[in-house]
Amino acid sequence: MNTQAAVITVIGHDTIGIIAKVSAVLAENQVNIKDITQTILEEIFTMIMIVDMSKSNVDIKDLADKLEALGSEIGLSIRIQHAGLFNAMHRI
Amino acid sequence: MITDFEILETLNMFQEQHLDVRTITMGINLMDCSSTSAEETCRRIYEKICRRAEKLVQTGEDISREYQVPIINKRISVTPISIVAASSGVSDYVCFAKALDRAAKTCGVNFIGGFSALVQKGYTDSDIKLIESIPESLAVTEYVCSSVNLATTRTGINMDAVRDMGRIIKQTAELTKDRDAIGCAKLVVFANAPEDNPFMAGSFMGPGEPECVINVGISGPGVIKTAMESVKGADLGVVAETIKKAAFKITRVGELVAREASARLGAPFGIIDLSLAPTPVVGDSIARILEEFGLSDCGAWGTTCALAMLNDAVKKGGTMASSFVGGLSGAFIPVSEDEGMIASVEKGALNLEKLEAMTCVCSVGLDMIAIPGDTPATTISGIIADEMAIGTFNSKTTAVRLIPVPGKGVGDSVEYGGLLGSAPIMHVNPASCSNFINRGGRVPAPIHSMRN
Repeated sequence: MNTQAAVITVIGHDTIGIIAKVSAVLAENQVNIKDITQTILEEIFTMIMIVDMSKSNVDIKDLADKLEALGSEIGLSIRIQHAGLFNAMHRI
Repeated sequence: MITDFEILETLNMFQEQHLDVRTITMGINLMDCSSTSAEETCRRIYEKICRRAEKLVQTGEDISREYQVPIINKRISVTPISIVAASSGVSDYVCFAKALDRAAKTCGVNFIGGFSALVQKGYTDSDIKLIESIPESLAVTEYVCSSVNLATTRTGINMDAVRDMGRIIKQTAELTKDRDAIGCAKLVVFANAPEDNPFMAGSFMGPGEPECVINVGISGPGVIKTAMESVKGADLGVVAETIKKAAFKITRVGELVAREASARLGAPFGIIDLSLAPTPVVGDSIARILEEFGLSDCGAWGTTCALAMLNDAVKKGGTMASSFVGGLSGAFIPVSEDEGMIASVEKGALNLEKLEAMTCVCSVGLDMIAIPGDTPATTISGIIADEMAIGTFNSKTTAVRLIPVPGKGVGDSVEYGGLLGSAPIMHVNPASCSNFINRGGRVPAPIHSMRN
């Protein structure tokens, strides 16, 4: 994963159009989705996206603000964080 | 590719198990701030700290936001002021503490450490001035932390300083008695003090350190406890392996944050201190980890053994994760800052003597323990002497941070709030050691110090 890779996690109650709304914010900010998975764990909607921010015109803090704003609007927890964290913790 | 399981496990560690980076501590050398005028020295101290640490807090907040890793404290440690102030010509060092306090406030950090002296073999004139200025300095400043190293394995124990620090601790308590002796929470005495420890109150920038350095303290008792819950009833070899793996992951978070902070602040990365540091929050307790080993209460027989194993496994996991592990690294066992410790003391399962035994195998010592305000200074010195002996003769760091609370006795408690927590006043053995303490002199270095 390059240094521009980030992980987005969306957790909360399942509703219509979650992926569409999150993807719309990413597209507006030139963020490319590399991988996406979603599951329903005990009725909790969990979506994980791996995204590439290398062509994006915003920095990760601003994108975090936008995604959190969307999250509170649709009642979900949406986080974005540098993928480096996960590599550091889980790979030698 | 990172798996979904790993991503969710990481999120859980931060959200449910209170994993955090406890502190990014910037060490700043102040040796070049010395001058023959106290006023000029203070000006240089203030100016240099503010210049070097200008972006410390903002950088910590940026990293926290980008990685979604909570970074609780941003702090500064400096060269021991007894060295920096030596040529200033004044005998009252409170002005230097005030300069540190002003700098801390300007930089937005919540503690600054280094109002310190290293006196393991004897006092310089400046050391005496600093030590005599500690009580007032801690009473009139808000952010300044003070530490005194009284002993090392290579030099033995300075028993004059042990005697004097009993009195200084009492005076510090007296001058801050309107706030339940909170000054004592900012004062720690050491044997074998590490020069790169990022944790307060004992953090200072040792004379062997570079110009400016980033040290990071990482914490995560909740992660270790949760990992242990997954191996209930398993034999202790399995438990050790489980703790090591969790400690590895925790330390890697610290290493990542330290390297980022170091690059952004233009200061070299020093060490990761992978201490398990509790907070008063439920789920962030060392005592509860020890109980997870199979003890009904922290303090039961078996506690020292469990703590030894925990401390060792944490270090082993951590050293695999980072080549630069330093500071204190291990498990802290402060009483007031640990919800489970407080509960054990209140139940009568944990006493001062058992805590002393635990300090033989933990990473520090008798920490944040409130004792009756009428405890004689010589008894406090006796407690310090025992703790210094454990450190000196076992080649480990030990420390004492006791709070003799004026006007309070066993059955009372003190409430500091925040990370400092609350503490029940603990019983102290009333038998006297005053003739022993008043002998003074030096305890010679142990035979195994002669390794050359």
